Amino acid sequence: MLTRLSFVGALVLSGCATKPQPLYYWGDYQPQVYGHFTKDTGPQEQIESLEAGLEKARASGKPVPPGYLAHLGILHAELQRPDEMRKYFEAEKTQYPESTAYIDFLLRKYKQAK
Amino acid sequence: MQFEILNVRFVKTACLAVLAGALATGCATRGQAFDYTAFKQSNPASILVLPPINSSPDVAATYSMLSQVTLPLAESGYYVFPVSLVDETFRQNGLSNPPEMHEVKLQKLREIFGADAALYITIKQYGTSYTVIASESRVTAEARLIDLRSEKVLWKGEATASSAEGRNSNGGLVGLLVQAVISQIVESASNRSHPIAGIASYRLLAAGMPNGMLYGPRSPKYKTDGNAQP
Repeated sequence: MLTRLSFVGALVLSGCATKPQPLYYWGDYQPQVYGHFTKDTGPQEQIESLEAGLEKARASGKPVPPGYLAHLGILHAELQRPDEMRKYFEAEKTQYPESTAYIDFLLRKYKQAK
Repeated sequence: MQFEILNVRFVKTACLAVLAGALATGCATRGQAFDYTAFKQSNPASILVLPPINSSPDVAATYSMLSQVTLPLAESGYYVFPVSLVDETFRQNGLSNPPEMHEVKLQKLREIFGADAALYITIKQYGTSYTVIASESRVTAEARLIDLRSEKVLWKGEATASSAEGRNSNGGLVGLLVQAVISQIVESASNRSHPIAGIASYRLLAAGMPNGMLYGPRSPKYKTDGNAQP
Protein backbone atom coordinates (compact mmCIF):
# COMPACT_ATOMS: atom_id res chain seq x y z
CA MET A 1 0.00 0.00 0.00
CA LEU A 2 2.80 2.36 0.95
CA THR A 3 4.64 1.66 -2.28
CA ARG A 4 1.52 2.31 -4.24
CA LEU A 5 0.92 5.56 -2.44
CA SER A 6 4.44 6.75 -3.07
CA PHE A 7 4.04 5.80 -6.73
CA VAL A 8 0.98 8.00 -6.91
CA GLY A 9 2.88 10.63 -4.95
CA ALA A 10 5.64 10.56 -7.53
CA LEU A 11 3.12 10.96 -10.32
CA VAL A 12 1.55 13.83 -8.46
CA LEU A 13 4.88 15.55 -7.96
CA SER A 14 6.19 14.99 -11.46
CA GLY A 15 2.83 16.06 -12.88
CA CYS A 16 2.81 19.46 -11.31
CA ALA A 17 6.43 20.21 -10.48
CA THR A 18 7.48 20.27 -14.12
CA LYS A 19 4.58 22.61 -15.01
CA PRO A 20 4.12 21.53 -18.62
CA GLN A 21 3.70 24.57 -20.80
CA PRO A 22 0.59 24.51 -22.99
CA LEU A 23 1.36 24.18 -26.68
CA TYR A 24 -1.28 26.72 -27.67
CA TYR A 25 -2.86 30.01 -26.75
CA TRP A 26 -6.46 28.92 -26.06
CA GLY A 27 -8.02 32.21 -25.00
CA ASP A 28 -11.77 31.86 -25.24
CA TYR A 29 -11.83 29.34 -28.08
CA GLN A 30 -13.68 26.51 -26.36
CA PRO A 31 -16.19 28.73 -24.51
CA GLN A 32 -16.94 30.59 -27.76
CA VAL A 33 -17.48 27.30 -29.59
CA TYR A 34 -19.84 26.23 -26.82
CA GLY A 35 -21.75 29.52 -27.18
CA HIS A 36 -21.85 28.87 -30.94
CA PHE A 37 -23.42 25.44 -30.43
CA THR A 38 -25.95 26.63 -27.84
CA LYS A 39 -26.63 29.79 -29.92
CA ASP A 40 -26.12 31.88 -26.79
CA THR A 41 -23.41 33.82 -28.61
CA GLY A 42 -23.92 35.26 -32.09
CA PRO A 43 -21.29 35.24 -34.83
CA GLN A 44 -20.32 38.91 -34.45
CA GLU A 45 -19.77 38.55 -30.72
CA GLN A 46 -17.65 35.41 -31.26
CA ILE A 47 -15.60 37.12 -33.97
CA GLU A 48 -14.83 40.06 -31.70
CA SER A 49 -13.67 37.79 -28.91
CA LEU A 50 -11.66 35.45 -31.12
CA GLU A 51 -10.02 38.16 -33.23
CA ALA A 52 -8.98 39.95 -30.04
CA GLY A 53 -7.58 36.58 -28.99
CA LEU A 54 -5.38 36.49 -32.10
CA GLU A 55 -3.60 39.60 -30.85
CA LYS A 56 -3.12 38.10 -27.43
CA ALA A 57 -1.81 34.88 -28.96
CA ARG A 58 0.74 36.87 -30.95
CA ALA A 59 1.81 38.69 -27.79
CA SER A 60 2.13 35.40 -25.91
CA GLY A 61 4.26 33.90 -28.65
CA LYS A 62 2.04 30.81 -28.86
CA PRO A 63 0.05 29.65 -31.87
CA VAL A 64 -3.73 29.38 -31.75
CA PRO A 65 -4.98 25.80 -31.47
CA PRO A 66 -6.34 23.57 -34.25
CA GLY A 67 -9.74 24.78 -35.45
CA TYR A 68 -9.46 28.33 -34.11
CA LEU A 69 -8.88 29.97 -37.50
CA ALA A 70 -11.32 27.68 -39.33
CA HIS A 71 -14.01 28.52 -36.77
CA LEU A 72 -13.41 32.23 -37.46
CA GLY A 73 -13.85 31.36 -41.13
CA ILE A 74 -17.27 29.83 -40.64
CA LEU A 75 -18.38 32.79 -38.49
CA HIS A 76 -17.49 35.22 -41.27
CA ALA A 77 -19.31 32.95 -43.74
CA GLU A 78 -22.44 33.27 -41.61
CA LEU A 79 -22.16 37.03 -41.95
CA GLN A 80 -21.80 36.75 -45.76
CA ARG A 81 -18.14 37.76 -45.86
CA PRO A 82 -16.63 35.21 -48.25
CA ASP A 83 -13.25 36.94 -48.50
CA GLU A 84 -12.75 36.83 -44.75
CA MET A 85 -13.96 33.24 -44.70
CA ARG A 86 -11.46 32.23 -47.36
CA LYS A 87 -8.67 34.10 -45.58
CA TYR A 88 -9.21 32.19 -42.34
CA PHE A 89 -9.71 28.83 -44.05
CA GLU A 90 -6.41 29.30 -45.89
CA ALA A 91 -4.75 30.35 -42.63
CA GLU A 92 -5.94 27.14 -40.95
CA LYS A 93 -4.49 25.16 -43.84
CA THR A 94 -1.17 26.96 -43.67
CA GLN A 95 -0.82 26.52 -39.94
CA TYR A 96 -2.14 22.94 -39.97
CA PRO A 97 -1.51 21.11 -43.26
CA GLU A 98 -3.42 18.14 -41.75
CA SER A 99 -6.59 20.11 -42.55
CA THR A 100 -5.82 20.52 -46.27
CA ALA A 101 -8.19 17.89 -47.68
CA TYR A 102 -11.11 19.06 -45.54
CA ILE A 103 -10.60 22.78 -46.12
CA ASP A 104 -10.34 22.16 -49.87
CA PHE A 105 -13.56 20.14 -49.67
CA LEU A 106 -15.28 23.09 -47.91
CA LEU A 107 -14.00 25.62 -50.43
CA ARG A 108 -15.20 23.43 -53.34
CA LYS A 109 -18.64 23.11 -51.72
CA TYR A 110 -18.76 26.84 -51.23
CA LYS A 111 -17.94 27.47 -54.89
CA GLN A 112 -20.65 25.02 -55.99
CA ALA A 113 -23.23 26.61 -53.73
CA LYS A 114 -22.61 30.07 -55.17
CA MET B 1 -17.83 34.25 -16.85
CA GLN B 2 -17.44 30.74 -15.51
CA PHE B 3 -15.44 29.90 -18.60
CA GLU B 4 -12.84 32.51 -17.85
CA ILE B 5 -12.37 31.00 -14.45
CA LEU B 6 -11.98 27.64 -16.06
CA ASN B 7 -9.40 29.00 -18.47
CA VAL B 8 -7.35 30.95 -16.00
CA ARG B 9 -7.30 27.94 -13.79
CA PHE B 10 -6.79 25.49 -16.57
CA VAL B 11 -3.24 24.59 -15.73
CA LYS B 12 -4.17 24.11 -12.11
CA THR B 13 -7.30 22.20 -12.97
CA ALA B 14 -5.42 20.12 -15.48
CA CYS B 15 -2.82 19.24 -12.91
CA LEU B 16 -5.49 18.33 -10.44
CA ALA B 17 -7.27 16.31 -13.07
CA VAL B 18 -4.03 14.47 -13.70
CA LEU B 19 -3.69 13.80 -9.99
CA ALA B 20 -7.23 12.72 -9.63
CA GLY B 21 -6.94 10.65 -12.79
CA ALA B 22 -3.86 8.96 -11.42
CA LEU B 23 -5.59 8.38 -8.12
CA ALA B 24 -8.76 7.11 -9.69
CA THR B 25 -7.29 4.80 -12.29
CA GLY B 26 -3.72 4.19 -11.16
CA CYS B 27 -4.54 1.43 -8.71
CA ALA B 28 -7.64 0.01 -10.31
CA THR B 29 -6.05 -0.80 -13.64
CA ARG B 30 -2.75 -2.03 -12.23
CA GLY B 31 -1.41 -4.99 -14.14
CA GLN B 32 -3.70 -4.64 -17.16
CA ALA B 33 -1.74 -2.45 -19.51
CA PHE B 34 -3.50 -1.43 -22.71
CA ASP B 35 -2.07 -2.98 -25.85
CA TYR B 36 -0.84 -0.06 -27.94
CA THR B 37 0.47 -2.14 -30.87
CA ALA B 38 -2.22 -1.02 -33.31
CA PHE B 39 -2.05 2.57 -32.07
CA LYS B 40 1.70 2.79 -32.65
CA GLN B 41 1.45 1.10 -36.03
CA SER B 42 -1.23 3.52 -37.14
CA ASN B 43 0.61 6.53 -35.72
CA PRO B 44 -2.28 8.99 -36.25
CA ALA B 45 -1.57 12.72 -36.56
CA SER B 46 -5.09 14.04 -37.07
CA ILE B 47 -8.29 13.16 -35.24
CA LEU B 48 -11.86 13.71 -36.32
CA VAL B 49 -14.10 13.91 -33.26
CA LEU B 50 -17.70 13.06 -34.11
CA PRO B 51 -20.45 14.77 -32.10
CA PRO B 52 -20.87 12.50 -29.05
CA ILE B 53 -23.88 10.21 -28.66
CA ASN B 54 -25.77 11.20 -25.55
CA SER B 55 -27.42 8.48 -23.52
CA SER B 56 -28.11 10.78 -20.57
CA PRO B 57 -31.44 12.61 -20.18
CA ASP B 58 -29.80 16.06 -20.47
CA VAL B 59 -29.98 17.35 -24.07
CA ALA B 60 -27.09 19.75 -23.40
CA ALA B 61 -24.60 16.89 -23.05
CA THR B 62 -23.52 16.40 -26.68
CA TYR B 63 -22.40 19.95 -27.39
CA SER B 64 -21.14 20.60 -23.89
CA MET B 65 -18.74 17.71 -24.37
CA LEU B 66 -17.96 18.38 -28.04
CA SER B 67 -16.92 21.96 -27.30
CA GLN B 68 -14.36 20.71 -24.78
CA VAL B 69 -12.64 17.82 -26.57
CA THR B 70 -10.20 19.90 -28.62
CA LEU B 71 -8.01 21.05 -25.74
CA PRO B 72 -6.90 17.70 -24.30
CA LEU B 73 -6.33 16.16 -27.75
CA ALA B 74 -4.52 19.17 -29.23
CA GLU B 75 -2.34 19.63 -26.15
CA SER B 76 -1.48 15.93 -26.49
CA GLY B 77 -0.09 16.63 -29.94
CA TYR B 78 -2.90 15.95 -32.42
CA TYR B 79 -4.55 18.01 -35.10
CA VAL B 80 -8.22 18.11 -34.15
CA PHE B 81 -10.69 18.93 -36.90
CA PRO B 82 -12.68 22.11 -36.16
CA VAL B 83 -15.61 20.73 -34.17
CA SER B 84 -18.07 23.44 -35.25
CA LEU B 85 -17.39 22.88 -38.96
CA VAL B 86 -17.48 19.12 -38.63
CA ASP B 87 -20.90 19.28 -37.01
CA GLU B 88 -22.09 21.66 -39.74
CA THR B 89 -20.77 19.36 -42.48
CA PHE B 90 -22.79 16.43 -41.10
CA ARG B 91 -25.90 18.61 -40.89
CA GLN B 92 -25.54 19.88 -44.42
CA ASN B 93 -25.44 16.26 -45.50
CA GLY B 94 -28.76 15.61 -43.85
CA LEU B 95 -27.49 14.04 -40.64
CA SER B 96 -28.80 15.96 -37.68
CA ASN B 97 -28.22 13.64 -34.74
CA PRO B 98 -25.10 11.94 -33.41
CA PRO B 99 -26.31 8.31 -33.73
CA GLU B 100 -26.80 8.88 -37.49
CA MET B 101 -23.41 10.59 -37.74
CA HIS B 102 -21.75 7.62 -36.02
CA GLU B 103 -23.20 5.34 -38.73
CA VAL B 104 -21.34 7.04 -41.58
CA LYS B 105 -18.90 4.68 -43.31
CA LEU B 106 -15.28 5.13 -42.30
CA GLN B 107 -14.18 5.35 -45.91
CA LYS B 108 -16.60 8.26 -46.46
CA LEU B 109 -15.20 10.09 -43.42
CA ARG B 110 -11.72 9.56 -44.75
CA GLU B 111 -12.72 10.97 -48.16
CA ILE B 112 -14.35 14.12 -46.81
CA PHE B 113 -12.10 14.99 -43.88
CA GLY B 114 -8.81 13.33 -44.79
CA ALA B 115 -8.42 12.40 -41.12
CA ASP B 116 -6.12 9.64 -39.90
CA ALA B 117 -8.48 8.52 -37.14
CA ALA B 118 -12.00 9.13 -35.87
CA LEU B 119 -13.01 9.41 -32.23
CA TYR B 120 -16.44 8.10 -31.22
CA ILE B 121 -17.66 9.30 -27.83
CA THR B 122 -20.71 8.15 -25.92
CA ILE B 123 -21.84 10.13 -22.89
CA LYS B 124 -23.21 7.71 -20.33
CA GLN B 125 -23.95 10.15 -17.54
CA TYR B 126 -24.41 13.92 -17.63
CA GLY B 127 -26.32 15.97 -15.13
CA THR B 128 -26.85 17.33 -11.69
CA SER B 129 -28.77 15.50 -9.04
CA TYR B 130 -30.10 17.48 -6.12
CA THR B 131 -30.58 16.02 -2.68
CA VAL B 132 -31.49 17.67 0.59
CA ILE B 133 -27.90 17.74 1.73
CA ALA B 134 -25.98 18.54 -1.42
CA SER B 135 -26.07 18.48 -5.18
CA GLU B 136 -23.78 16.48 -7.39
CA SER B 137 -22.91 17.03 -11.03
CA ARG B 138 -21.48 13.96 -12.68
CA VAL B 139 -20.27 13.25 -16.20
CA THR B 140 -19.14 9.87 -17.52
CA ALA B 141 -18.08 9.24 -21.08
CA GLU B 142 -16.43 6.50 -23.07
CA ALA B 143 -14.49 6.81 -26.30
CA ARG B 144 -13.12 4.68 -29.13
CA LEU B 145 -10.41 5.79 -31.53
CA ILE B 146 -10.67 4.12 -34.95
CA ASP B 147 -8.10 4.17 -37.74
CA LEU B 148 -9.83 5.44 -40.88
CA ARG B 149 -7.62 3.42 -43.23
CA SER B 150 -7.23 0.04 -41.54
CA GLU B 151 -10.54 0.45 -39.64
CA LYS B 152 -8.85 -1.00 -36.54
CA VAL B 153 -9.69 0.09 -33.00
CA LEU B 154 -6.57 1.94 -31.83
CA TRP B 155 -7.63 2.80 -28.31
CA LYS B 156 -10.62 2.92 -26.03
CA GLY B 157 -11.20 4.40 -22.62
CA GLU B 158 -13.70 5.72 -20.15
CA ALA B 159 -13.61 8.53 -17.59
CA THR B 160 -15.80 10.14 -14.96
CA ALA B 161 -15.74 13.45 -13.18
CA SER B 162 -17.94 14.53 -10.32
CA SER B 163 -18.41 17.72 -8.36
CA ALA B 164 -18.62 15.57 -5.24
CA GLU B 165 -15.06 14.31 -5.59
CA GLY B 166 -13.19 14.60 -2.36
CA ARG B 167 -16.31 15.47 -0.45
CA ASN B 168 -16.36 12.04 1.10
CA SER B 169 -13.18 12.25 3.12
CA ASN B 170 -11.25 9.32 1.61
CA GLY B 171 -9.90 11.63 -1.09
CA GLY B 172 -7.38 13.00 1.41
CA LEU B 173 -5.48 16.18 0.65
CA VAL B 174 -5.70 15.77 -3.11
CA GLY B 175 -9.43 15.23 -2.83
CA LEU B 176 -9.76 18.45 -0.89
CA LEU B 177 -7.81 20.35 -3.51
CA VAL B 178 -9.95 18.96 -6.31
CA GLN B 179 -13.06 19.82 -4.37
CA ALA B 180 -11.90 23.40 -3.78
CA VAL B 181 -11.32 24.02 -7.47
CA ILE B 182 -14.49 22.30 -8.56
CA SER B 183 -16.81 24.13 -6.18
CA GLN B 184 -15.27 27.43 -7.19
CA ILE B 185 -16.01 26.70 -10.82
CA VAL B 186 -19.40 25.18 -10.23
CA GLU B 187 -20.83 27.85 -8.00
CA SER B 188 -20.54 30.46 -10.72
CA ALA B 189 -21.91 28.32 -13.55
CA SER B 190 -25.41 28.22 -14.94
CA ASN B 191 -25.00 24.76 -16.42
CA ARG B 192 -23.31 23.10 -13.50
CA SER B 193 -22.42 19.99 -15.45
CA HIS B 194 -20.52 21.88 -18.17
CA PRO B 195 -17.25 22.42 -16.26
CA ILE B 196 -17.48 18.86 -14.95
CA ALA B 197 -17.74 17.68 -18.57
CA GLY B 198 -14.53 19.63 -19.23
CA ILE B 199 -12.74 17.70 -16.50
CA ALA B 200 -14.19 14.38 -17.71
CA SER B 201 -13.08 15.21 -21.25
CA TYR B 202 -9.57 15.99 -20.01
CA ARG B 203 -9.33 12.75 -18.06
CA LEU B 204 -10.68 10.78 -20.99
CA LEU B 205 -8.57 12.25 -23.77
CA ALA B 206 -5.35 13.79 -22.45
CA ALA B 207 -2.26 11.69 -23.12
CA GLY B 208 -0.13 10.57 -20.21
CA MET B 209 -2.94 8.97 -18.20
CA PRO B 210 -2.71 5.29 -17.25
CA ASN B 211 -4.02 3.34 -20.25
CA GLY B 212 -4.88 6.68 -21.85
CA MET B 213 -4.23 8.18 -25.27
CA LEU B 214 -0.64 8.32 -26.49
CA TYR B 215 1.08 11.60 -27.35
CA GLY B 216 0.75 12.72 -30.96
CA PRO B 217 3.30 14.15 -33.42
CA ARG B 218 2.87 17.79 -32.39
CA SER B 219 3.76 17.09 -28.74
CA PRO B 220 7.33 17.28 -27.43
CA LYS B 221 6.50 14.04 -25.61
CA TYR B 222 5.67 12.23 -28.87
CA LYS B 223 6.93 8.63 -28.84
CA THR B 224 7.93 8.77 -25.19
CA ASP B 225 5.00 6.73 -23.95
CA GLY B 226 3.02 3.53 -24.48
CA ASN B 227 6.12 1.42 -23.64
CA ALA B 228 7.79 2.64 -26.78
CA GLN B 229 10.68 0.46 -27.86
CA PRO B 230 14.05 2.02 -27.14
